[in-house]
Amino acid sequence: MKSVALHLGVLVLLVVAQFLLPSYHANNLSRILVLAVFAMGYNIAFGYSGLLSLGHALLFAAGMYGAGMLVHHAGTAALLALLIGTLAGGIMATLVGLLALRTAGVSFMIVTLMFAQVGFLTILYFNGVTGGDEGIALTAPERQFIGLDLTQDAPRFWVALVLFVIALAANLALVRSRFGRVMLAMRENEERSRMLGFNPYVVKLQILVISGLFSGAAGAAYALLFGYIGGSFASVQYSILPMLYVLLGGAATVLGPLLGAGLMFYLIDFASGLTSAYLMVVGAALVALVLFAPKGILGTIRERWLPWLP
Amino acid sequence: MAAVILSATGISKSFGGLCAVDGVDFALEAGEIHALIGPNGAGKTTFVSLLSGRITPDRGQITLGGEEITRLPAHQRVREGIAYTFQITSIYPGLSVFDNVALAAQAHGAKDLHAAVQAALQRVNMADLAAQQAATLSYGHQRLLEVAMGLALKPRVLILDEPTQGLASGEIAGFVALVRSLVPETTVLLIEHNMDVVMDLAQRITVLNHGQVLARGTATEIRANRAVQAAYLGVEDAEG
Repeated sequence: MKSVALHLGVLVLLVVAQFLLPSYHANNLSRILVLAVFAMGYNIAFGYSGLLSLGHALLFAAGMYGAGMLVHHAGTAALLALLIGTLAGGIMATLVGLLALRTAGVSFMIVTLMFAQVGFLTILYFNGVTGGDEGIALTAPERQFIGLDLTQDAPRFWVALVLFVIALAANLALVRSRFGRVMLAMRENEERSRMLGFNPYVVKLQILVISGLFSGAAGAAYALLFGYIGGSFASVQYSILPMLYVLLGGAATVLGPLLGAGLMFYLIDFASGLTSAYLMVVGAALVALVLFAPKGILGTIRERWLPWLP
Repeated sequence: MAAVILSATGISKSFGGLCAVDGVDFALEAGEIHALIGPNGAGKTTFVSLLSGRITPDRGQITLGGEEITRLPAHQRVREGIAYTFQITSIYPGLSVFDNVALAAQAHGAKDLHAAVQAALQRVNMADLAAQQAATLSYGHQRLLEVAMGLALKPRVLILDEPTQGLASGEIAGFVALVRSLVPETTVLLIEHNMDVVMDLAQRITVLNHGQVLARGTATEIRANRAVQAAYLGVEDAEG
């Protein structure tokens, strides 16, 4: 009950913020919502299940290119492209997972990173279709989403919010389900889980696919909402960012990805106004985080004050 | 003689040059409490790891209820009804006691999770600790939680690997009563160093030494067996 009220409260705040904030920030809010969906997907693998991937940019890019190239080259309707992009994330996660999950720990990090780099280089190599480094700007007719014009601020926000609400509800339902308990079990003690009758390989593959669906949906939405697909979204930076969001907001918390994405977005925004070496500021913030609140903001709040926080 | 539920025929396992289990034949009868004893390094844990599927044998055959399971992976053997409780307590320290047992119950496919968890916790007298985080339990309670997880699987065969290790003497008495209450619904294979517990509980005993079966029989027979005495006392040739 408390948890439902909290999440509804957050949604109300988001809606109010959209009306009160000046256009620049309202637009940022749309971006943050989409990035938060990406981070939720990352959190399902990393925060809840202990699968530390360095290759989630590939899943984000699968959704982004899956949707973006369809509307651009094939004239597919945006809604259908969003759904296909979501699936693309899941399918890519399956392919990567089938091989990468034969490893664990540091090897898993390296193998996922390697797959993501292959994806990144593939996008650059086929620049005739993908636009390579330069990317492709989607035109206004390509960005009509069930009658909504996504080049306009307001429809863009509402679509981002609806996607976020769906992701949030799915995330909450997942972590409260029996499968959610098995996810934690994988993180806490894999050998014990095997001896309770769970097949770790299959369970982790399922987790990765769910994570991929979230990431793919975020990537597809990002392409349609902001009208641009480009190779930089498949670069290693986009594997690291969701991890930072999750670590900052609180791993294995449902609202942590949103909080982390919002704070990190504005930290980068603020720091890049000061210096071109803005990543240094981000780095300093992370060092402080690891030293003083290793469980992230909501992780620390849950530990100290709100043990019921999902 | 009761039906054999779990059997091993000529199973062997080597690690490098060391033959940890060497051609062991073994039969567990349905509904019995069977103890597996032997000096340190006799191959007891390797042997039950072969039974539970944590490692695969080099040679030999294992059957459960008449069906061959030699190549079946561990997680499937658990689903077939072999539960294993770890020698070194292996629980989910970050989760609540409820969640620890619930994982076992849902793996078994329990419909009413709360009822299944409560039933398992009541058997080990821990129903009032359900909300507590497992890491904060006393060592004795962690051992019992481990057993409760095994029970929630509703296994046909429960393998207990040194369950009383590190328990206080008062706790051991309760534990002996608990194990006795499990049969005949469940068959228990007990690896145990505490001879009082073994003699008290076991209907039959198998003694391993250097990876081979040294003797098998009832408690009285084993107590009187000179080869067993020699193995435990470390005398090479007791007959001589």
